[in-house]
Amino acid sequence: MSLEFKPGSAVDPKRAVRFGAWRVAEYRFYAMSKWMTSVIVFGFGNPILYLISVGLGVGALVDANTGGGGILGVPYIQFVAPALLASAAIQGVMDEVTFPTMDGFVWDKVFFAINATSVSATQIANGVMIVALGRGLFTTVLYLGVLLAFGAVPLTSVLPLLFTSMLAGWGWASVMLAITARLERDDGYFAIIGRFVIAPMFLFSGTFYPLEQMPLFLQPLGWISPLWHSVQLGRHLSYGMELADGMLLVHLAYLAIMGMVGMRFVYPKFKERLSR
Amino acid sequence: MSKSVEREAVIRARSLTKKYKDFVAVDGIDFDVYRGESFGLLGPNGAGKSTTMKMITSVSQRTSGELTILGKEPNNQGPEIRAHLGVVPQKDMLDRELKVWENLVTYGRYFGLPRKWLKTKVEELLEFAQLTEKRNEKADDLSGGMQRRLAIARGLINEPEILLLDEPTTGLDPQARHILWDRLFRLKEQGVTLVLTTHYMDEAEQLCDRIIVMDKGKIMAEGSPAELIRKYSSKEVVELRFGTDKNEGVAKQLEGKSERIELLPDRILLYTDKGEALLTSILDSGLHPVTSLVRRSSLEDVFLRLTGRTLVD
Amino acid sequence: MITQALITQAVAIAEKRAKRPGASVYSGRAITMIERSLYAAKSSNWLIIISGFVEPVLYLMAFGFGIGQLIGDIQDGSGNPVSYAAYIAPALLATSAMNGALYDATWNVFFKMHFSKVYQVMLSSSLGPMDVALGEISWALIRGATYSVGFMAIAWPLGLVTSAWGLLAIPAATLIAFGFASIGMAITSYMKNFQQMNWVNFFLLPMFLFSGTFFPVSVYPEWIQVIVKALPLCQGVDLVRSLMLGIIDISVLGHIAYFVVMIVLGLSFTTVRLKALFMR
Repeated sequence: MSLEFKPGSAVDPKRAVRFGAWRVAEYRFYAMSKWMTSVIVFGFGNPILYLISVGLGVGALVDANTGGGGILGVPYIQFVAPALLASAAIQGVMDEVTFPTMDGFVWDKVFFAINATSVSATQIANGVMIVALGRGLFTTVLYLGVLLAFGAVPLTSVLPLLFTSMLAGWGWASVMLAITARLERDDGYFAIIGRFVIAPMFLFSGTFYPLEQMPLFLQPLGWISPLWHSVQLGRHLSYGMELADGMLLVHLAYLAIMGMVGMRFVYPKFKERLSR
Repeated sequence: MSKSVEREAVIRARSLTKKYKDFVAVDGIDFDVYRGESFGLLGPNGAGKSTTMKMITSVSQRTSGELTILGKEPNNQGPEIRAHLGVVPQKDMLDRELKVWENLVTYGRYFGLPRKWLKTKVEELLEFAQLTEKRNEKADDLSGGMQRRLAIARGLINEPEILLLDEPTTGLDPQARHILWDRLFRLKEQGVTLVLTTHYMDEAEQLCDRIIVMDKGKIMAEGSPAELIRKYSSKEVVELRFGTDKNEGVAKQLEGKSERIELLPDRILLYTDKGEALLTSILDSGLHPVTSLVRRSSLEDVFLRLTGRTLVD
Repeated sequence: MITQALITQAVAIAEKRAKRPGASVYSGRAITMIERSLYAAKSSNWLIIISGFVEPVLYLMAFGFGIGQLIGDIQDGSGNPVSYAAYIAPALLATSAMNGALYDATWNVFFKMHFSKVYQVMLSSSLGPMDVALGEISWALIRGATYSVGFMAIAWPLGLVTSAWGLLAIPAATLIAFGFASIGMAITSYMKNFQQMNWVNFFLLPMFLFSGTFFPVSVYPEWIQVIVKALPLCQGVDLVRSLMLGIIDISVLGHIAYFVVMIVLGLSFTTVRLKALFMR
């Protein structure tokens, strides 16, 4: 078969500039589909292991000690369920906005190749975000199914929990994307963020015990953490944990603002890096 | 070959063979490398050059045949043999976590050389490789040419008698190549035996006293670059391009115009001793090539003659 | 400038060793590999090295003191009540030794094998594969042992070591690190890509969570207990816990034997593999 070439007639320029973000997302979802087993196993296996070991194993110790009264009136596994769900969402988005995003800028530099077509820097940033949220949503939905099977969340609170978890996921993803966009090389930054930010956030956001139980001077750690805000919302929606007046709004607003502010820092940096 | 009798062979291979399962990488080759010469293994990718090098380094065991390096047997005297060798691998393989000078010191330590002795040696080598100013940078941050020079300096840390270089200038820009060639010449002047593989003909012509041309694990020819060109090619070559569809038809018309004619997918090569005259006669006969070129014959032509293939395909 | 001595030092050194048995795989210079690692560590990111020490402390705080308030005291192996923090501290010590050792022996080794190719270069000097294996594993165990000493420096003042035997927890942690380093490097030498390496990690998390770290293995059905107790981390946790809580019996020797076997197997597999990979 010989190559037929009619230079300049294949692409409709008007079409080419529309929906760029979705085309970026399409290609990245496709690329991800090749690692589907790892995406499922790591996005999903991780929180399940915690659910079994902490929810059931440690939970048995807690419930034995509290004489069946549980914490805040519910068994321990129900107490930790919303927290594990929100952290699954955060972990899901995190996996996409760290190494794969750095790959696009630093290693295989595929963002530059995409930017050389009609797709703009902003569209690339949005495309990455769509994929991150898609990945987060995927693991969160799967995980919700498991929590239901364990009886760790009531059926009625599934949708509200999905919303609050994804809101935290979005808030954190946009902040993390703004950070990744600023890293010129790896130098182990993600390992550092993982151990000095993500791990403490996971352990000290009222995840495994009420935040109020920590010494007062440590509690601000929880206040700034998107996970805590999502956990508070989740506990309220899942088994009616009482929130102080107006706190519902504060938690929601905190996560939403985090997401919006993060994106404000994402777009200009994507533009700057891709136009070097 | 009479002069070879009085010279000492530092590497000697007879019927040297290496098989990986069913694949024969090196197929019964014979050669000698003499002390102080610069010896080249020339051939395309997959010809068996790197495998031969690995057997000389004694990190790869031969399947059959004989091989001695400085009279030693690589199968059980590996570490001893390597103490005499300097190895500059393809792609450098520098220790990217370490600084430039640390790369040299640690490599010297692998040979068990004392730190105090290494201290002065490292300075000498840094200067030789023109890297003194870069001594505290990470190896990762050097340019391609500098990384290659560092790899050579590293290979020299144990004052080797034989320096093995696998594709020493692949991937370097022309300027970096010339700097490197200059350094290698200096080493040869110091009496170091150089053994190098290359698929660049100009490199072999520039650097090597003697080469073997390899293809598919076998030796196709042996001699100095000038000898080989004289034996397997003509003095000059006329290269003609008529356009992708037309070359073949025109080639038929040109038959008989020169001693030998080669039709390649993109061009026609005519071998002759008088290039300009041949080109003029072709133009006069009413043929109009899109491009035409008269050049001197090179090892590339030798290879084409020997194998019917171009080197880079 | 480049002077050619008649017989150079490197040659003399190599010839001196040539007659010893095993000279083609071991030159007795594994120590130079540790020197190399020291250079590399010096200019690497210190925060990462410190983070390996911080992580178990965070878990100790969150689980020991956080969840510990919800749990109160629990029974140790011999039926005495201990605080939850004192119960999990030995497990975290063993885990930090394991993690410290594995980080160098798995990911770093994988990177060197497949990307920076430094082993090929080392083996083109007069080092043998056994030097490389021993050198890398020793470095990994040094790192693991360092983390366990750091953790001990936190746990002891907090009153989490209830017996003088507890001092032996540090050599025990070193043994654990040695075991994991050798087996880790041996396994890594079989891994071909990042996906496979991730599976190694995937196996580590459940081992961390279910090896009697946060709750006693007695909660499992009998047959699961048998499997869990065969896991190396569970052996390590039991060993350190016995020492830190002063429950000394014959099983301690069993745990030690377990790790000795692990070390011997790991070292020999690694040497054979390095030879097969880079000296074909």
